[in-house]
Amino acid sequence: MNSAPEGLRIEKVHVWRGERHVLKGLSLEVQPRELLHVSGPNGTGKTTLLRVASGLLRPEQGTVSWMGRSISSSPGQYQAVMAYCAHEPALKNDLTALENLRFAVGLKRRVTLQELHTVLDCTGVGSIADLPTRVLSAGQRRRVALARVLAMRATLWLLDEPYSNLDASGTELISGLLQAHVEGGGAAVVVAHHALTLDCNVRRLELNS
Amino acid sequence: MTVGVWEAFVLIVRRELCLSFRRPEQLLQPLVFFLIVTTLFPLGLSLQLSLLRDISPGVLWTAALLSSLLSLDSLFKSDADDGTLEQLCLSSQGLTVIVVAKTCAHWLVSGAALVIVSPIVATALGIPVAAFATMMLSLALGTVTLSWLGAIGAGLTIGLRRGNVLLSLIVLPLATPLLIFGAAATERAISGSSTAGALYFLASLCVFTCTLAPLAATAALRITLE
Repeated sequence: MNSAPEGLRIEKVHVWRGERHVLKGLSLEVQPRELLHVSGPNGTGKTTLLRVASGLLRPEQGTVSWMGRSISSSPGQYQAVMAYCAHEPALKNDLTALENLRFAVGLKRRVTLQELHTVLDCTGVGSIADLPTRVLSAGQRRRVALARVLAMRATLWLLDEPYSNLDASGTELISGLLQAHVEGGGAAVVVAHHALTLDCNVRRLELNS
Repeated sequence: MTVGVWEAFVLIVRRELCLSFRRPEQLLQPLVFFLIVTTLFPLGLSLQLSLLRDISPGVLWTAALLSSLLSLDSLFKSDADDGTLEQLCLSSQGLTVIVVAKTCAHWLVSGAALVIVSPIVATALGIPVAAFATMMLSLALGTVTLSWLGAIGAGLTIGLRRGNVLLSLIVLPLATPLLIFGAAATERAISGSSTAGALYFLASLCVFTCTLAPLAATAALRITLE
């Protein structure tokens, strides 16, 4: 393993959820230009791992660092370069797709409406940008959530099952986006159940109970 | 290209107002509740204006407190339910900015609206027009304080299934000083004596919660989010 302080590094992380010891001394490293594909049976802590990596969940033991600095020491700086997409698309039903993006991305960086339209077009939901997300299908909501990740222009992507609810073209779209992101110098941790067929540096991590 | 604190504050307030106005029924429910409860009293009691005037400050303030509670539940809960609260927490803005902005927006759509409709209620309760200014000022100070107390309670009860009942149990005892001094200010304004003492108390409670409650609400939210 490369010891240079680059990328995301999780060291000997222990997490308990109630009585359950979910992550038992897990260590991993994700460098720029690298994608970590996390898989494993249900309930083995994949989502917990992503929440720990995002900083939403503080591990009972162990450290999470980005570029050699603990993420809890400067959460604002870390969050500015990180985009997290949970299993739920995290959209406000009463707002349009465009408004959802404007309010979510606007807190991270200054963004123009033109840019947001471009990313929505890019994920194939440009035509429904002005509809409230309440009326969108699960797949369309997923695409809007991906557009949000894209618009954040983050270096590190943490995606929880980005392929769920997507049709064939959507699956292809994500693979393309992930590949472009990694080739462009980004890092990604992706939780997915099926094999990823990408032409870039993919490492696999299998979590077991 | 990073977003400043003030910019983030304005953006979150706009987001909250936008969401509120998309759901007018949620906006109107507490106000209608306030109007109905207060107008029930003159209907239920005998039509003695002097009696009504005696109890009106208490009725007005109790109804205001209860109607404010109706909207508190949704302060953080709806965002927590759909996952957008997590996105806000990871937005590289501090949690305090988010809490302050959301609470200010909540006051604008609940507290400020209540202050604006209060003259209608006051008329029904026979409160003289001369007392309106004091009554509205006291309600404004009281609802700001209540929004902050509510933010602490709402932060603590996000994850609970019957959180709204617990929220009332947490907030109402803390709000009793508001009721006492708010009703006293209104009563004194009606009788024409000096209202300064009660208003000063309300103002000091308001300043006290404005300065310390953001910290407490942020801490409460942080605990429940983990």
